[in-house]
Amino acid sequence: MMPALTLRNIVVGALMVALILLPVYAQLADDRFLMTLFTRIIILALAAVSLNLILGFGGMMSFGHAAYLGIGGYAVGMLAKEGIMNGFIQWPVALGASALFALIVGALSLRTRGVYFIMITLAFAQMAYYVVSGIARYGGDDGLTIYKRSQFFEPLNLSNKTQFYYLCLAILFGAIYLVRRLVNSRFGMVIQGARSNDVRMRAIGFSPYRYKLVAFVIAGTLCGLAGALLANHTDFVSPSVMYWTRSGDLIIMVVLGGMGTVIGPVIGAVTLLVLEEVLSGITEYWQIILGPLLLLVVLFARGGIDGLLTQLGERLRRGRPS
Amino acid sequence: MTLFIEQCLNGLQFGLLLFMLAAGLTLVFGIMDLVNLAHGSLYMLGAYFAATFAAFTGSFILGAVLALAATLLVGMAVEVIALRRLYGRDHLDHVLGTFGLILFFDEAVRLIWGPEGLSLPLPSWLNASIQVLPGVQYSAYRFSIIVVTLFVAAGLYILVMRTRVGMLIRAGASNREMVGALGVNIKLLYTLVFGLGAALAGLAGLMQAPILTVQIGMGENILILAFVITVIGGIGSVRGALVAALLVGFIDTLGRSYLPDILRELLSPAAASTLAPALSSMLIYLLMAIVLIFKPEGLFAAGRK
Amino acid sequence: MSAPLLQVSGLAKRFGGIVATDDVSFAIPEGELHALIGPNGAGKTTLIAQLSGSIVADGGRIAFAGADITRLPMPKRSHIGLARSFQITSLFLDLSVLDNVALAVQAHAGHSFSFWRNARAEAGLRVPAREALARVGLADRAERSTASLSHGEHRLLELAMALASKPRLLLLDEPMAGLGPEESVRMVEMLRALKRDYTILLVEHDMEAVFALADRISVLVYGRIIATGSPDDIRANEQVREAYLGDAETAHA
Repeated sequence: MMPALTLRNIVVGALMVALILLPVYAQLADDRFLMTLFTRIIILALAAVSLNLILGFGGMMSFGHAAYLGIGGYAVGMLAKEGIMNGFIQWPVALGASALFALIVGALSLRTRGVYFIMITLAFAQMAYYVVSGIARYGGDDGLTIYKRSQFFEPLNLSNKTQFYYLCLAILFGAIYLVRRLVNSRFGMVIQGARSNDVRMRAIGFSPYRYKLVAFVIAGTLCGLAGALLANHTDFVSPSVMYWTRSGDLIIMVVLGGMGTVIGPVIGAVTLLVLEEVLSGITEYWQIILGPLLLLVVLFARGGIDGLLTQLGERLRRGRPS
Repeated sequence: MTLFIEQCLNGLQFGLLLFMLAAGLTLVFGIMDLVNLAHGSLYMLGAYFAATFAAFTGSFILGAVLALAATLLVGMAVEVIALRRLYGRDHLDHVLGTFGLILFFDEAVRLIWGPEGLSLPLPSWLNASIQVLPGVQYSAYRFSIIVVTLFVAAGLYILVMRTRVGMLIRAGASNREMVGALGVNIKLLYTLVFGLGAALAGLAGLMQAPILTVQIGMGENILILAFVITVIGGIGSVRGALVAALLVGFIDTLGRSYLPDILRELLSPAAASTLAPALSSMLIYLLMAIVLIFKPEGLFAAGRK
Repeated sequence: MSAPLLQVSGLAKRFGGIVATDDVSFAIPEGELHALIGPNGAGKTTLIAQLSGSIVADGGRIAFAGADITRLPMPKRSHIGLARSFQITSLFLDLSVLDNVALAVQAHAGHSFSFWRNARAEAGLRVPAREALARVGLADRAERSTASLSHGEHRLLELAMALASKPRLLLLDEPMAGLGPEESVRMVEMLRALKRDYTILLVEHDMEAVFALADRISVLVYGRIIATGSPDDIRANEQVREAYLGDAETAHA
C-alpha cells in the first residue's frame, strides 16, 4: 500500500532520503564533522525509538532509559578491555545484559505507578551509574577508552566511517520496522490498551503486567544495542552516558518528535541534536534558549513535530480548492 | 566512639538539610500534584545568592537572609510565569517542562556568575569547634545547621497543622474543588506554597554552600536524593519526608564512613575497595527499591490516590 | 433444579467504620434479568465492584457457575464469563471504536504474545467485534475515534465491549446514566433484546426501566438487601415503599 501524499509523509520521506544520502554529500563536501554528528544522531534516534515503545505506546514513563546506553556501551568496553574484540560476543552480551537489567527493573517498578514509577526507574538507573563510577578497573568516573572497535567479519569494518554510518542507519530502519510491527500486533494492542485505561484492561480480562514487562525488556534491549553502537562510535564509554539528565534528553527527543508515532522519535532526535548544533553555533549559552523552548513545546505542541506536521498538512489541504 | 558520634551528627545534619529540600518538593507534589525537577535549581540559586549577597554586604547572616528572600521571589515568579500552566497536566509534561527550566537556570547562572563556581567563606565565629557532649568536639557551623533546620521543621509543623493557611494546604491536598468552592484564592495559595518550597530549597542551598563549592549542577545531584526521600516517605506527606530524610541522611553518611571497613572484614581488600564506593553510593537507592517493593506508595502514603 | 448461575451469600465489606455491604445474599438463575435498586449510597457500586473483582470482600462467598470466585482476580473473572460495564464510562478513548471492542474480543481469544501479525487485520478479532458493534447499533461508528463519540454512544460501546467478551453474566452498572429520554428508550429496547440471550444483573436508577425489564428485583438499603421479589412483589412491599419507593412516588406525583 502506498502511503498517502500528505505533508507529514513528504517530510518523513525526505528525512529518510536525506539520511541515506548524507554520506555522499559529506564525501563531496569533505565534511567529516557532519558524518560524526549524524552517526551520533542516528544512534540516539535508535535509543529514542526504543524508549518510545514503552513511553509513547505503553504509557510507561521510564526516567532511566539512558542506563541501557551505558550497559550496552560498558559491555563492549569491558570485553574490549579484557581483550575480547569479537562483535559476535560483545553485542550479544550487550543485549543480554540490557535485557536482564530491564527485566529486573521492570519486574519491580511496574508494580508501582505514576510518580513512583518515574522515580524508581530513575533510582535504578542512578544505581547503575554509581556502580560503574565505582569500578576502578574500568576507569571509574573517568570512563573507559575503547582502543579497538567491535570485530565482525570481512569486509565489515566498523572503523570505516561510511560503513559504520550505514550499519547504524540499517539498524535504525530495522528497529523502526520492528516497532511498527510490534505496536500493530496483538501484543501492541495490549500495551496501548494498558496505556489508555489499565482498569478497563483488567475488567475485560487482561493481566497487563506481563505484557508491559515484555515491552519494557524489548525497549531496554534495543537501547542496549544503541549503547553498543554509541561506544563504538565514540571509542569511549563513561558513566555520564547513563546520568539521569541523559535519560531526560531521550524523553525530550520522544516528546519533541511526537509520542506514539513510530517515526516521531527519529524526527525528535534529529531536531534536538541539530538544534543543539545550530544554537551552540549562535551563542555559547544556547541552553538558555533550549530550556524555555522545551517548556513551550510542552505547553503548546503536545503532539510534537509529527503532530504539528499532520495538522499543518490538513490545514493546507482544506485551504486548497479541490 | 567519638568518631561514631560525630558521624551520627553528620548524618543528622545531612538528613535535616535534605528534609528542607524534600519538604518543599513533597508539598508541591501533594498539593499541586506537580513533579518539579527544577527544585534543585532553586537550591542552587539559594547558594549563589548567598555567596553573592554575603560578599556584597560583608555579612554572612545578612547575605543568607537576602538570599532567602531572593529565592522566595524567584520561586513565586517561576510559578506565576511557567509552572501554573502545568497544573492538571500529566507527569510527563511536568518532567519535560521543568527539565527545560533546569537547562535555563543552569545556563542563566553560567551567564551571570561564570562557569567557575563560587565559595562562601564562613565567619570566624561559625568556623570553629564547640563541645556538644563531654569530650566530643563538633563543627559549630554544622551544629548550627542542625539547630536552624530543627527550628524550621518545627515551624513547618506548626504552619501545616495549626494555622488557617496550613488547614487550607491540607484541605487542598485532599480536595482541590472544595477549597476552590470555599472562595479561597487557590491561585494565590499555590503561589505561596510554591514560594515556601522554593525558600526551603534556597535555605538548604545556602546552608550547604560553605561546606561544598557553589557550582552549576549542584542542584541536580541532590535533587535526586530529595526525590528518593519524597518517594520513600510517601508523596505528599511532610512527616514521611522527615522520617525518610533522616533515614537517608544517616544511611548515606554512615554507609560512606563504615561500609569500606565492614566490607574489608568480609571480602578481600581488593574486592572491598572496588565495591565499597559503588555500594555506599547505591545504598539509598537500594533502600528506596526495597521500600517500594513492600510499600509501593511509600512509608507514609497520604490518604488519597 | 440446577444451581443458580450466580450465588452470593453473606457478603460483607467495610471501609473503616462504614459498613458498605452488610451480609448480602442473593442468587441469579441462568436466564434471569435481575435488577438491583436502592437509594444513593446504598452500596450498589461497592457490590458490583466485589462481584467483578475490583474490590475484595471482607467476608462471605461469591459462587459463579458452581465455582467459588470470592478471591479470584478481576481478569480471571472476565475469563470465566463475568462481564462488567462501568457506571462512569471507562473506555480506551485514544483508540478507535472498533479497536475498543476488538481488544475485548482479543482478551478472550487466546494469549496476546503475538508480536508480528497485524492485529487490526485479524478477521478472528475484527469480525466478532463488528458483530458486537452491530448488535448495539454502532456499526457505522466502527472507524471513528472513541473520544469523538457522544455520551449515549459511549454507553452503547460499553455494552458492546461487555458483549464482545463472550459473557455468561452481564453486570451492567447503570447503563442509562446520563442518557436523554430518547436514548433511554433505545437502551431499554436493547436490554430487552439482550435479555433473551444473557443472564443480566442490572444496577439502575431509572425505575421505569427496571420495572419494565426485570424478572426479579433486589432492594439494597444501607448495604443490606431488604427485599427480593418480582416487580409486583417489590411494588407491594411496605418496607420498600417506606425506605425507598415512597420518596420516588411522592416525587412523581
